[in-house]
Amino acid sequence: MKPYGDTLNDGIIQLAFTLPVECSEKAKKAAEKYVSMLNFKNISVVHAKMIADGFTYFVVYAEAIPDLDYSTVEAAELKTEYMDFYKINEIIKEKIGRKLVAVGATIGTDAHTVGIDAIMNMKGYHGNFGLERYSGFQAYNMGAQVTIKELLDKAVEVSADAILVSQTVTQKDAHIKNFSQFIQLVNEYKLRDRFIILAGGARVDNSLAVKLGYDAGFGRGAVASQAASFIVNKFLEKNHD
Amino acid sequence: MATLNLCEWEVKRVKQLAKSIADQVQGFINQYSSVSVERTVLRLYGVDGVDKDGVPLVNRLVDILKHSDRLVGGASYPFAATMVATGRDAQTTAEMIVNGEITYDELHGNLISDILEKEDQLVASALVKLDTTKERKKKKQELFGIPPQPWRYIIVATGNIYEDRTQAKSAVQAGADMIAVIRSTAQSLLDYVPYGATTEGYGGTYATQENFRIMRKALDEISEKEERYIRLVNYSSGLCMAEIAACAALEDLDVLLNDSMYGILFRDINMKRTFIDQFFSRLICARAGIIINTGEDNYLTTSDAMEKAYTVTASDLINEAMAKKANLTEDLLGLGHAFEIDPKIENAFLCEIAHAQLCRELFPNSPIKYMPPTKHKSTDVFYSHCLDTMFNLASVLTNQGIHLAGLLTEAIHTPLMMDRYQSLKSMDYVFRIAKDLGSEIEFKSDGFIERRAKQVLDKVNVFLGEIDKKGLMTLIEEGRFADIKRPVNGGKGLEGVFKKGWNYSNPIMDKLVLEGGSK
Repeated sequence: MKPYGDTLNDGIIQLAFTLPVECSEKAKKAAEKYVSMLNFKNISVVHAKMIADGFTYFVVYAEAIPDLDYSTVEAAELKTEYMDFYKINEIIKEKIGRKLVAVGATIGTDAHTVGIDAIMNMKGYHGNFGLERYSGFQAYNMGAQVTIKELLDKAVEVSADAILVSQTVTQKDAHIKNFSQFIQLVNEYKLRDRFIILAGGARVDNSLAVKLGYDAGFGRGAVASQAASFIVNKFLEKNHD
Repeated sequence: MATLNLCEWEVKRVKQLAKSIADQVQGFINQYSSVSVERTVLRLYGVDGVDKDGVPLVNRLVDILKHSDRLVGGASYPFAATMVATGRDAQTTAEMIVNGEITYDELHGNLISDILEKEDQLVASALVKLDTTKERKKKKQELFGIPPQPWRYIIVATGNIYEDRTQAKSAVQAGADMIAVIRSTAQSLLDYVPYGATTEGYGGTYATQENFRIMRKALDEISEKEERYIRLVNYSSGLCMAEIAACAALEDLDVLLNDSMYGILFRDINMKRTFIDQFFSRLICARAGIIINTGEDNYLTTSDAMEKAYTVTASDLINEAMAKKANLTEDLLGLGHAFEIDPKIENAFLCEIAHAQLCRELFPNSPIKYMPPTKHKSTDVFYSHCLDTMFNLASVLTNQGIHLAGLLTEAIHTPLMMDRYQSLKSMDYVFRIAKDLGSEIEFKSDGFIERRAKQVLDKVNVFLGEIDKKGLMTLIEEGRFADIKRPVNGGKGLEGVFKKGWNYSNPIMDKLVLEGGSK
């Protein structure tokens, strides 16, 4: 398959980018040539404008050449049945018979609590209550700038079933480093099997989280009931006799 | 000019309530000081630089007093005494103290009159520095010209001050009137001001006096070229509010993010510390002619913009009242609010106009600061660009003062050069085609917009009445701002707060309180 413009397999893609050169006919040619090097044909540089001394911004439409066999694509789709607030509490009560304990924090120097708060705080996000509101959860939100050691210590102290790790700052891939360091620490203490560990953040997706050794990843727009559903299902799966 | 027909009596009453709330807090502030306030005094006296371990000399000096229990008297008097003893300038004296060549926690047998005379000299020369920066800025504004409001405000944040400089210049060429260099993540929690030019930071660039200087110089050059005065913005929040204000004043900064409650709520800084520090920082801003920007927009990132609109207005009123305590004049108050209502709500734009116009009318002489949508931005950049365009329209219609550029990639990454260009282009377009819309229309009497604004103001009235009765600190403890609870003795930085002793001396603060922004 190819990208779709208005006819199947026409391969049309819109691109916008900046080149570090003055705006000129030569710059437009350079934009066209560069896009051709990216494996495009029938390239139209529809817009070129100087946006700063020595920088030109382009909008380009072009037809992509490569074909992709969709059947060769693999992705770690999050396979969990989503339940609502009431259903989750009910299942925990009936099938687990005690509260599930969840500890959450934003680790490293990242000062953003927006992600972890959306999932953990009473209020939640977009009208979807946070874990603190669930009768089936005992939730501990440690806030931001928590060290990986503090988070793990807390999880051990309160016998957590789930750990939620949040990262918002992604400059220079700080989030990847922090996420990895936490999993390394958990592995060093040989505690990986003890917890369900979730990664969250605006630039997180499930594939990334699984690759880094987490059980699941939740990105932008994720709500508490999704994380809670995953935790409950995973818990039941782990403790299935 | 479209107006909301607000009840004059009610406007007067909310202002009086805010003043009464500020009076209560001020009663507390006057009895206390903090390590950061004392370090600021030393900075204003001319102490700069770091020791061989990178610790600022002002931190070393204040720690000496703290460890020998002499801090209750303040840093000023013993420092003046030590200077009399050394006969050297402030910087050399500080270095001698740190190198162990002379002690700082005793008066060296000097005559009281000599010490007081030295203090007077130090204060006088510090005030000259603050007055000079104000003069210099005024001259540059006259020379290059002041752009019309709303001022187009752009943030750069690469972590590297030299790269920031490139980004800032390109933003100015694309139309920006104000440039902020956002700080490195967690700088607000450092109990010292980093030193020197920096090229590494996370989520932003460290605020240092040298970085301020580098950026100011670059903006002066581009101001001349573009023939309009470009304002430089930084952040005087966190544990070093007053120290940053001092460094910023010395380097001709124009605007500082400075909120009387933001640090408490969003950075978990102790509330006593914040109240004490904000006062001194604002006294410095008042004298140096620095506009403060308050952070009410942040409330709406955690609370709902419809439900909690009144907390934004209430906080603006409290920030105004507390700023006036620190002698800031109305033209220096960039009180904050934001365009954050859920776009799924029918007539959300009408409510945004009601909120923005309410803020405009409550603070008619202030360059109020309007913040763009963030919470409801989508990763669909084209849709996000539409939200920003509507934000631009609300801003020009209600005649806002400082307008932060909304960015189409808000939900994705720190902006690329072309993202800022798109944003500035949209502002340029909307501000031009709708320039006089606000003065051409009227709001329907008792219509949707007027009623919404009145509804918010009524709630503000009730809320401020409750704060006035219970006290601001109690309401913050109860989590009534931004749904965040902060205990009065919790948070970071409380250990740096101390009660002033009978012998406490801070003559520069006394002068700033007495004289305000006047020369």
